[in-house]
Parts: sequence; C-alpha cells; structure tokens
Amino acid sequence: MTTAPDHPDRFKGYRGDGRAALERFGTGVWDVVDVESSHGRFHGLILPRSETADEHHLVLKLDTGYNVGVAARSVTAVEVVGRREAHYKIPEKEFPSDAGKPNVKLFGTGGTIASRLDYRTGAVIPAFSPGELYGSVPELADICNLKTEKLYAVFSENMGPEQYIGVAGAVAREIENGVDGIVIGHGTDTMHHTAGILSFMIQDPPVPIVMVGSQRSSDRPSSDAALNLIHATKTAGHSDIAEVMVCMFGPTSDEYGLLHRGTRVRKMHSSYRSTFRTISDIPVALVSKDEIRPLRQDYRRRRTDRKVKLDAVYDDRVTILYYYPGMKPPLVDSLVENGYKGIVIAGTGLGHVNKPLYPAFKRAIAAGVHVFMTVQTLWGYTQMYVYDTGRDLMELGIVPAGNMLPEVALMKLGWTLAHTTDREEVKRLMLTSVAGEITEREPPDAYLVYQGGLPEIEAYVKKHRM
Amino acid sequence: MPEDDQQSSRGAAVPFADLEFYKSLGMKSGLEIHRQLDTERKLFCKCPAVRTYSDHFDAELLRHMRPTLSELGEYDPTALMEFKTKKEIIYRLARDTVCTYEMDDAPPFGLNRDALDRALVLGVMLNLSLVDELHIARKQYLDGSIPTGFQRTTIVGVDGFLMCRGRRIGVRQLGLEEDACREVSDKGHLRTYMTDRLSIPLIEVVTEADMRTPAEVAFVAGVIQRLCHLSGVVRTGLGKVRQDVNVSIAGGSRVEIKGVPRIRQIPALVHWEALRQRALLEVRDLCKARGLDAGAFAEDLDVTEHARRFSHPLFAGISRGGKAHAVVLRNAAGILAYPTGPRRTFGHEVSDRLRVVACVDRMPNLAHSDDPDCFGLSGLFEAVRRQTGATCGDAVVVTAGPGRDMPTAVGEIRLRLCEALSGVPRETRKALPGGATCFERLLPGPDRMYPDTDLPPIVLGQADFERARGRAPGALWDKEAGYAAAGLSVEQTERLMTTDRFRLFDAAAPRVRLRASVLAYLLLDWLTALSRAGIDTRPADADLLARLFGGEDAGTMRQRDAAAALSAALGHVPGWVGKAGGKGQAQGQGQAGTGSGTGAGARVTSGVDPVEVRT
Repeated sequence: MTTAPDHPDRFKGYRGDGRAALERFGTGVWDVVDVESSHGRFHGLILPRSETADEHHLVLKLDTGYNVGVAARSVTAVEVVGRREAHYKIPEKEFPSDAGKPNVKLFGTGGTIASRLDYRTGAVIPAFSPGELYGSVPELADICNLKTEKLYAVFSENMGPEQYIGVAGAVAREIENGVDGIVIGHGTDTMHHTAGILSFMIQDPPVPIVMVGSQRSSDRPSSDAALNLIHATKTAGHSDIAEVMVCMFGPTSDEYGLLHRGTRVRKMHSSYRSTFRTISDIPVALVSKDEIRPLRQDYRRRRTDRKVKLDAVYDDRVTILYYYPGMKPPLVDSLVENGYKGIVIAGTGLGHVNKPLYPAFKRAIAAGVHVFMTVQTLWGYTQMYVYDTGRDLMELGIVPAGNMLPEVALMKLGWTLAHTTDREEVKRLMLTSVAGEITEREPPDAYLVYQGGLPEIEAYVKKHRM
Repeated sequence: MPEDDQQSSRGAAVPFADLEFYKSLGMKSGLEIHRQLDTERKLFCKCPAVRTYSDHFDAELLRHMRPTLSELGEYDPTALMEFKTKKEIIYRLARDTVCTYEMDDAPPFGLNRDALDRALVLGVMLNLSLVDELHIARKQYLDGSIPTGFQRTTIVGVDGFLMCRGRRIGVRQLGLEEDACREVSDKGHLRTYMTDRLSIPLIEVVTEADMRTPAEVAFVAGVIQRLCHLSGVVRTGLGKVRQDVNVSIAGGSRVEIKGVPRIRQIPALVHWEALRQRALLEVRDLCKARGLDAGAFAEDLDVTEHARRFSHPLFAGISRGGKAHAVVLRNAAGILAYPTGPRRTFGHEVSDRLRVVACVDRMPNLAHSDDPDCFGLSGLFEAVRRQTGATCGDAVVVTAGPGRDMPTAVGEIRLRLCEALSGVPRETRKALPGGATCFERLLPGPDRMYPDTDLPPIVLGQADFERARGRAPGALWDKEAGYAAAGLSVEQTERLMTTDRFRLFDAAAPRVRLRASVLAYLLLDWLTALSRAGIDTRPADADLLARLFGGEDAGTMRQRDAAAALSAALGHVPGWVGKAGGKGQAQGQGQAGTGSGTGAGARVTSGVDPVEVRT
C-alpha cells in the first residue's frame, strides 16, 4: 500500500467533510500531524476511516496508541510532521512437516476463527494460511501436518447452497487424495446448517470431517479460536470418528471441546463460547489437549480406504415456517405462489398449527408442495397422534419428521427435493436416517438444561468450572 | 521555585535531598491517577457498580490468554512476556455482580452515559481539549486481570493542565475505562481473580512528566485528589483511588510504579526508584568496563545432583522432583551484589524475573556466588566453576524449581543480565514497604492498543460539552485561593478539599458570622473529635450552624467558645474532649462515647480518603 499524494488510498475511507479537510490541509492517511482545532490541539497519526462511520470526523492515533476523532469542520490548521504506515500482518512462519504426523487439510470458508482488522468496515476479516496459523497457534505443529485452502471468505450467514456444494466437492476431492482428516473453518451462526447438509452430501466418509469456528474472534487475547483449532486438528488427525462433526467449547472455560454429530447440533446462545449443544442426545466425544474420549460407541469408525459417497445436490425452493398462534393462511399461500416446493414447519409442542391454516396447507400439498413437521421445542419428537390437531394435519398430508431439528430438516428437504419430487419417495428419503438426523430413542440424559438458582445446581456449578 | 518544593502536601514532608540533587540525576516524574466514578451501573453493562466488595462467589471459570497483534501489526512485549508465564487464570463470579459481559461471553452493551458525562466534567476541570468522537480501544492486559484480555478504554480529552503552587503541570490525557478484577492469589501457574470490581467506570488522569522532586509528585497527586473531590463525580474511600507513578532519570528509562494506594508513600518510592535507576546505570558501566556481552552469560548446566548435597531452602523442592540449574556469568563477579535500593541488590532484579515470568515463586528462588548469605553453597559454586573452567572472577547463579519451569528460568536469568548491559529496562513495578519496588511486568507500549470493533465511535456535540461546563465547579486553585483569602491555613484548605467537608463549609460560610478559620476548625477538627467520642454529628448541618453562629456576636467568638456551643447544640455536655485530630480522645466523655460510638465514627471516616485518614 502506498499513499503518495495522488494515490486513492491517501483518503482511505474519508468522504465529505473529512475528505475535504484532508485535501484542504494537504494531508492524508498515515501522516503524523499536529492538528489545531477550534477547541484544542491534537497530535497523532491519521488513520483510515471506516466506511460505516460518519463523514464528519478525522481519526487520529495518539502516541499512546489511543484513537480519537476530531470534527473535520473544527480543524483550523494541520502541520504534517512525519509518516508511519501500518502493515498489519500476522507473522508467517513455514509450517513444519513431520512424516510421523497425520496430514490434515483445513478448508476456510470465513468466520472469525482466524481474522484480522479490516479498515474498510472497521470489523474483522478472515486471515488464514498455514504460515499465519502457525505464527499465531504454533501448537498446531505438534499435532499434524497442515495444509490450508481458502474456499470462501464469507460470514456464515452468507453461506448457501452454492457454497455447500463447493465445500462438499472440495472435501471429497481431498479425501480421495489421501488426507487423514478434514477441518472446516466456518462462522458459527450457521455452522449447524452446514454441518447438517454436509452430513447428507458426504456420506460414509473414511476420515473425520470436523467443523470449527470461534465465538470470540482470534484478534482477542481471550479468543477460543486457538483452542478450538487445536481440538479440531487433533480430532481430524488422530480420532477414529469418521463423521461430520462440530468441534466447539464444551464449557465456557478453556478446558475441553465437545464433538457433536453434524445432524444433532445447534447453536444455542448468541454469544457464549459453549454455544453448541447436541440436542436430544449426547455428544459423540470430548476432546482436550490430552485426549479424545468417546462418550458413545455408535459412531462410524475411521477407515483406510478412500471411498466417499459424494451426493452434492440441493434444491433451494424450501423454507422453514416458524409457527406462532394466530398465523394467517395467506402466509402459506404466498409461499406456494412464490414457487416453494418444500416447507418445514416448526410447530408447537408435539407438532401443531392452528385450524385456520388447514385449508392453506391442503392447497399447498395439492399444488405439489412437500410439508414436514418438526418441533420448535427443539428437544423431543413430533407425535401427531396424541391430539386431534395432529391427526387432522397428517390427514392433510403433513409428514411428522421425528426428532429431526428444524434446520436439519430444511437442509435435508432441499437435498431430497434435488433427487426426487415423488411424494412417497420424498417421504421415504426424509424419514430414512442417513447420519443420525432422526434417532430411534432419546436417552434420559439427552435433555439436561439445568436451571440456575437451585441449591443443588449452584453447588454443582461452584464445584465444576463453567 | 525551589522553596516551594521544601514544603509539601500534608504527610509528604521532604525527607530527601533538594531539587538540585534530583536535577543532577535528570529525574522526571509523572502520574497516572485512577478513580472510580460514582455511577450506579458498570461501564458497558447494567450490572451494579458495587461500593463494597465481597469474596463470595457462585462459580468459577478458567481462561488462558494469548498475545494478539496491535492495530499497527505489532506484538506488545508485555503480552509476549505474560504468555511465557503460561498462567491458568481463574475468575470467580458472583451472580449479583457480574453478567455474561464481564465473563466475556457477551459483547458490550452501550457505554454508560452517566459515566461519560461525569468524565467530561473532569475533562473541563483539567482544561483538556475534549474529543469530538470517542473511539473505544482495547488495551491488552495478558495478566488476566480482565477476562477479555483487554480493557475497554477511551480518551475523553488531551493536552490540559493543572496549576500547582503557581507551576503549570501538563495533563496529557483523561481516559474513561473499565476497572479490572481484584486479584485473590497468584501462585505458581495459577492466578485467581474476583470479578465484582470488574468494569466499574474508572477515570485515568495522566500527567506529563513535569514533576522534578519526589515531594512535588506527592503534591500534584494531592492536587488531583482534591480536584476530583471538588468535581463531585468520583467515589471516595479505600480502594477507589489508585495512582501509578512514572519515574525516569537521564540515561534511564520510564518505569511505572503501579497501584500506590496512599499519597504519602509516593515520595519514598520516587526517590528510591531514581536511585535504583542510577545504580542500574552504574552496573551497565561496570559491565561495559569489563567488556561483557551476551556471550558472557551463555553457559548453563543442570546441577540437580550437586544440589542434593546441600540443605539450603532453595533446594527444598528437589526431593520432590524439582530441578536446579546454574548459569555462569563470565567476568561478572560482584555485579549481582551491586546495591540497588534499601536492602536490595541487583540479584533481586534477577530473582523478581524468575518469580514473575518463570513462575519460580517459592522463595528463595535463587542463590549466587556474590551473596555472603550464600556462603554455605560455596562448595556448589566451586563445583560449577570446576566443571566449566570458571574462575573466582566469574559469578555463578543457581535457581531451582519445577523442571518444566527451568528452561524459562534460565532464559530469564540471561535475559535480565543482557538487559543490564543496556541500563534500565522499561518495567512496571510494584511498591514494597519502605520505598523499594519489585518487578511486576515489562512496560507495555502503544502496541497493546487495538480498536474495539464491537462498538461504533460515539459522537459528542456542543450540547454535551456545554452540559459538562455547566456542571463543572470552577478551578480548584481559584477555590483554594479563595479559602486562603478568607483566612484559612493551607492545611485547613487542603483538608477541607480532601474530605467532603468543603461542601458543608461552602453551605454554612455565607450564613455564619464566625471567622472562616474557626468555622473550618469546627468542621474539620471539632466534629471529628465529637464523632470519635461517640456523638452523633449528623445534625450539624448548615442550618444548625447558621442558627448557632449567625448572630452578630459570632464574629468575635473564640474557637473554644464556638466549639462549646456546637457541642451543646449536639446534646453534648460542654467540655474539653481532647485535642482534635490527636491521640487524646474524649476524656471524661465516657457516657457519651458508649451509645452510638462506632456508628458515628464510621460515618465520619467513611467520607475521608484513605490517604488522609489520620490516627
């Protein structure tokens, strides 16, 4: 980056008043200046301005490292006294190679697992290469040989069918090439959507496929990114669990991670580190720096063959309808009119919606739309025989989807409809569990949402770190 | 004005040499004063900003900290040092005082506007250039004192000044930031913090390094303290004030003495720090004269087996699997014994690093051949010398502790000696009793700053500044000059301003005919004495004082008569209750003293700053 007087980056991010002031006083970004304003003097380095900030202020970095904004209109004089250009770069070191260690491939899709500051938006953007990762998390070299490939650089809300298909293809290719494990760096918001769809697109893989992210970006000293990456690469390289998994913090403390089955996991808190929970079941395993401890035995084992069933297709004319009391029929009709082919209802309780919607669903199904019922309680099964409502709905052709999570059902319906639109075949595919998305039984310890305030729970929490 | 420096703030007399002496050292000193703002809530969340702390906790969580890059792409040296310590940090959480924000499990909520408004008032009083757009920064603290690993902080104003005895002292900046955790313990690789204080709004007043003598530093600290009181926006009481003192001498480095709780400790700390820096420069010259370089400290060896034969407390851990290592310091005999402060030698500088960075914190953690107290280990030193071909001109330093800490420990010994070759390392140090200090960590620089991407900048307008100007009392020095003109002594003025009694004084003064010095005596000394004697002095408000002393005759009233009248009005039998402020208390006032004794006493002292609580 250069900031010669005629270079556009000289006013990086500045518009309006701010830019006019820089031009008026013959200065620009990375100049060290003495600024006289109508209410004081300021000495500092002119920083680029975030594009989302207003156009009325200049940002100065003081010698103490603090930034302050000075109103552009209040500036009466600027004296340029020096220059200092920033080069924000994570120190890169060549990732060591050791024939005795497993080969792990890390795919990047974006998210905050590895990130740095972005001057354009003032937010963090992903930064990512084996060298950068080794520079910031040298422990990775003790675990595996790491290669990385950046597939996308998007926040997870911008992931979609195109990216799902791209990731699945890349993973399958890498498995065929002989890698010992896959790690996929992903933003956490929709990680459970991607984990769900990859579980259907990449079936019966011979090696672990581990999705990982961070809840605190890696530009913070307390970030969970490093430990999550350590856990994920250890799982990919050393575990014998050949499934699509999500690897994120178990407790919020820096202690261990949990490996969640890709079809049973959900982000359950907007900001906690321990946000990912296995729903209606227990996690597959616990992973720490010292061990990988399976919590169950019914997982698919690592194989030495390179066979992987890639089935990366998706029809995106599907949606989730989150039912609420008083929902009106036109909402359903408009989905049909707009060409939607599949609807996953997140119904109340055991899987219910109100009576006024019946005709609308009848019309939808008659129009060839496939409608499945899941529960907005997240935990538990649909059971539509218990109440009349449920029976009426099934009569209409709405199919209960067992204990499939709503987002997973959505992913699976999009995947299924890309294979067939035959009503019975769609139903068969949807209700045949491919990767644990519907389980036969919910064990008694699958729903443990303890409530604070109870003395025995408080005692437990005090004894064990959060 | 050297004569001014001979005087000082109360309790900070000049026990040391004069201005010329410190000038000859090229000493400069500045202050960073932290005070909690008196808000109901914390700075970035809605948790209560508690006034009293408690060690009760409901849960714990564990974190590790990793260094991250600054905005300009650099690592901060302090951060890298802290990372070497490999500390496990435990946070204790009480559900009434912390939420997911302090746990770093939720992003910040908006900045507390009340805190900001209060900070602006101080900004006006410190004559600062106020900032138009606040940028919240993250200031890295890898010691774990904040669970995020950084403190959210912002600059409210820059480039202001204070007037101190006619001298203009520059104020570099005023910060608004969140307070840190309270440390519970720090042993080996485990550090524990209590989180109730975390994120309480704090202001930081940073002066320029304009102070020239230890007494002047204390004096300026007193001025800032009184100015804060006058502002009415801060909290008072123990633990609500913390001052960091920066000291450097010519050829030395900026060293920050952290968290000095009482102003009267400042002069000794500044004095001894200046002398410590002088000693370190002398050590540097000594090393230079002997032609030492990093190569002189290159040899080290495992002496665990040798050490087993010595029953020295340093080796107490060896029987439990500990290790002992020796480093040979070629041609460096005598350097470790070089005196650097009261009962401190250069060896302590090395020992401090072992304790803090390598976590070898079972004391003693080091022995060396320069130390006459280590005579019993001369056999061990000789063995090392034999094995390495060293002579008596070479020093031997031995450390012992857990095997896993030895590589860091040996590294730190070398590092500290290498630093000695260039003089005074930039450090933050902790005050010890008697004026000495010990190493706390390397001094962080601007590279620990990073913009907070969680919060947008906050634009301030003229309306905000006007509101602050309207709320700010006039200049402290003008007010104090007013008291002087009214006949108060310097001591009375300073005492009024360091307690909240000045508010009662200001309310009563226009309504009473007493001489100002008599009124000040009543408020500062007599009420305190009465209250110590167990008398409820709460009824002594401006109204009561106006009733008692509003008449013509009060103008000529003698101090003791006024005191007697006040005693009587508070339901107390007139009499001499002892010299106010002195040790003698309430002679003959036993009955009065028994009733609400402790309560009344506590009420008076609770408004008094710790630096001014006198016995």
